[in-house]
Amino acid sequence: MWTWFFRLASPPHFYALAGKLSLWLLIPALILVVIGTFGGLVLAPPDYQQGDAFRIIYVHVPSAYLSMMVYVTMALAGAIGLIWRIKLAHAVAASCAPIGASFTFAALVTGAVWGKPMWGTYWQWDPRLTSELILLFLYFGYMGLRSAFEDLNQADRASAILAIAGVVNVPIIHFSVIWWASLHQGPTLSKLEVPSISTDMLWPLLMMILAFTLFFLGILAMRVRGEVLEREFQSRWAQDVLRSTSPVRAN
Amino acid sequence: MGVEALGQARVRGPAEAHDPGLLQLFWLIFERDLRVGLRRWTDASNSALFFVLVVTLFPLALSPKAEMLRTVAPGVLWIAALLATLLSLHLLFRADLEDGTLEQLLLMPHPLGWMLLAKVVAHWTITGIPVVIMAPVLAITYQLPAPAMGVLTLSLLLGTPTLSLLGSIGAALTAGLRGAGVLLAFIVAPLMVPVLILGAKATDLALAGEDPAGPLYLLAALLLLALSVAPIAAAGALRVSAD
Repeated sequence: MWTWFFRLASPPHFYALAGKLSLWLLIPALILVVIGTFGGLVLAPPDYQQGDAFRIIYVHVPSAYLSMMVYVTMALAGAIGLIWRIKLAHAVAASCAPIGASFTFAALVTGAVWGKPMWGTYWQWDPRLTSELILLFLYFGYMGLRSAFEDLNQADRASAILAIAGVVNVPIIHFSVIWWASLHQGPTLSKLEVPSISTDMLWPLLMMILAFTLFFLGILAMRVRGEVLEREFQSRWAQDVLRSTSPVRAN
Repeated sequence: MGVEALGQARVRGPAEAHDPGLLQLFWLIFERDLRVGLRRWTDASNSALFFVLVVTLFPLALSPKAEMLRTVAPGVLWIAALLATLLSLHLLFRADLEDGTLEQLLLMPHPLGWMLLAKVVAHWTITGIPVVIMAPVLAITYQLPAPAMGVLTLSLLLGTPTLSLLGSIGAALTAGLRGAGVLLAFIVAPLMVPVLILGAKATDLALAGEDPAGPLYLLAALLLLALSVAPIAAAGALRVSAD
């Protein structure tokens, strides 16, 4: 019953599968983004307090959600690679980092853009913004550690340990920052709470979250493909793939 | 007898009767590291001096007004302590890696995490305790009242070991890398954020005349968590680095 799992973990099999998979994830993601954007920017009514400014949540919330989800995925993949010594899992973890950092950056920028009209300033030491910023540093640290090792195997295992240490720490950081901010300053503008928003605002948001998740998985599949090819460069199947796709060698 | 006993225990292996128990092992490593650390006196004293230096620089950049110094004192002293810890971390494994002691530790049949805990405790004794001792003296120059000074010292006493333990993971990860100083700080500093927040907050509360027990308890909890988990992570990291 585990054969499918082992086949999945074999690089050539995964390479072929991920090629098809990325397309089947990215196309629905694109469709959902179009629907969600239309629903969010056109159909949803303006907020009674924030006017049209609230509409940035359709980019901000999915980015922020994924910035954390990707980190957890990265740590999980790292742990799987570390425990069961599956190289593919390490490739997945390595591919997660730049994507996650990008989502974190997107969440920070959209948060700042929203903050200007709402709070009157681009940056407020708000707990969510602050812990998001620390998350960005965690991603940078992870990528920095990876690139510092010359040996790939060492880089994989060391960065996996760092990701796991980070994922244990993320909730502690988050709560300590919330607690810090709540004592440092009075309550800021009340944040959007998902359950309390009206349904015609909610469904585009959920659609966008789904779209972003599919987009992440699709991009991840593409990146892992590249990563696997690079790692298996010298194996026969990788050579075959390279020969068949390279325009110079093709006859 | 420190080093010799350690060596003998290793040569004879666990089957022999002379195998030191875990407690004696801890003590042997702790004593040995303390001795080696104190002999490299400049390395050890650098972190305490750096702590004093950073704390001295702030009034020069801000203002010597007592009122202002008092309000920034908790943050400044805590940041200085964090920076001093970051600066000393690369010393944790470097000498042992260079002279081969680390490989011997890796070969020993005893739990590596436990031995690393002894090393971290020794490292903290050399680099952390001077910071804790210097803190009240520097707090006086910042016009901190006595109760806040006591809480500051207590928070550093609870917090700096956690910083060292968290730092040991980063130090183990980067042990084999050349010129890893900045990378090490970059990896470890985000993980230290909760300790910084809680430590500065405890002192802040005491300064405002409120009860600082909450953050102090949380600092103690973090210390216990770090004590139980960090050495295991550091051991795993060191095995990777030593490959």
